[in-house]
Amino acid sequence: MKSHVWRPLYLAAGLLALFLIARYIYVPKDFGTGERGYRYSFHRLGNEDEWKAFKVKYKGTEYCKDCHSDKYQQIMRSRHAIISCENCHGPAIDHPENPAKLAKETNREHCLRCHFRLPYPTSGRSAIRGIYPGEHNPGAPCSACHNPHKPQEGLR
Amino acid sequence: MITRRKLITNTLKGMAALSLPAAAFEILTPERLNAIIYNDTAKVRYVFLVDTNKCVGCGLCVKACKNENEIPYEANVTRTWVERYIITRDERHEVLEKVFADSPKGARDGFITGTIDLGHGNTYTPRKEDIDKAFFVPKLCNQCDNPACVQVCPVGATYQADDGVVLIDRKWCIGCGYCVMGCPYGVRFFHPQHHVADKCNFCYHRIKKGMKTACVEACPFGARLIGNYKDPDDAVTRIINTKRVGVLKEEFGTRPQVFYLGLSMEVR
Repeated sequence: MKSHVWRPLYLAAGLLALFLIARYIYVPKDFGTGERGYRYSFHRLGNEDEWKAFKVKYKGTEYCKDCHSDKYQQIMRSRHAIISCENCHGPAIDHPENPAKLAKETNREHCLRCHFRLPYPTSGRSAIRGIYPGEHNPGAPCSACHNPHKPQEGLR
Repeated sequence: MITRRKLITNTLKGMAALSLPAAAFEILTPERLNAIIYNDTAKVRYVFLVDTNKCVGCGLCVKACKNENEIPYEANVTRTWVERYIITRDERHEVLEKVFADSPKGARDGFITGTIDLGHGNTYTPRKEDIDKAFFVPKLCNQCDNPACVQVCPVGATYQADDGVVLIDRKWCIGCGYCVMGCPYGVRFFHPQHHVADKCNFCYHRIKKGMKTACVEACPFGARLIGNYKDPDDAVTRIINTKRVGVLKEEFGTRPQVFYLGLSMEVR
């Protein structure tokens, strides 16, 4: 039987087959959905594990306290106890292997994050003792006079 | 004697009684209700609590976030940032005059000046006596229950995990930018190195190991807390359920899961 229908039909079927083959090759095998269904969680399921494997860099104060117990005890007795070690010394990552030595933030700007005087009503910032850096020993590093681990003990 | 009328009315009554499920007699506690509403099959639903009363604008959270999540430090993009709001009044103190808000470099270096960055190189330094209210508001991804960014993704590169965190598949993202446009909170940006969309994911690699997010760990004042809303004994869940908390842009219907204590009407 000869009909004009067959040729375009073969073409359409061929294109469909091509599309399905391309999709089969290109789309990762673990594409699927989580509990939120197709609307919110249609994704490559393996990606969740990729994010879980991301490197942790900030290890927390507990990581420091065994080897640096003297410094830990010192700062824990001060009002700076609320500041975690890594806020001033940088992320531990794999210290002591990598990096072997951690940094010390000694520039004035670092202390001014809290101690620049901003007398803001309705903010806790106004309760922190602060300075105007242009008037308070301009240029001198804060740690020349103040020990950041023992801020309550007056001047060095 | 059974009349036709009695038979019909009793039949109807009996059918009505039978159609009442046993569940109709169950007394629900708020915790049980939450579990039903939130389809309690996973044991975790991460939520975040920001106490704006405690924030002093030191920006240590932003610094820690950028280092932890490998966001280029000098690039002007960040997964979390802190906004400063300053509300001034006119000289006669009669009407609310102006609301200023700034967040220079996302507050990566904190707020170490009283001068407000108005943008386009303009600055303004309000006099102390003109300031009526001034406070800091940390912002981060809201991990919405109805995430607009996920709905607009044409390739399935961004999605919500079962614990509620919205993640981005860096290998699958084509960088079309729909999600950057779709987010009402402006938390999404293009990662300058990976050239894909990026945003806060509650430090997924940390919370899944039982750690706290880098910003929570870095905050000296306890202004940031992360918790599990499916655990009724969780400290954060308790606060959300019992204190007066607000969310950002509720009118968008996104159901944000970052809750704020001490939110003010000027916060956008």
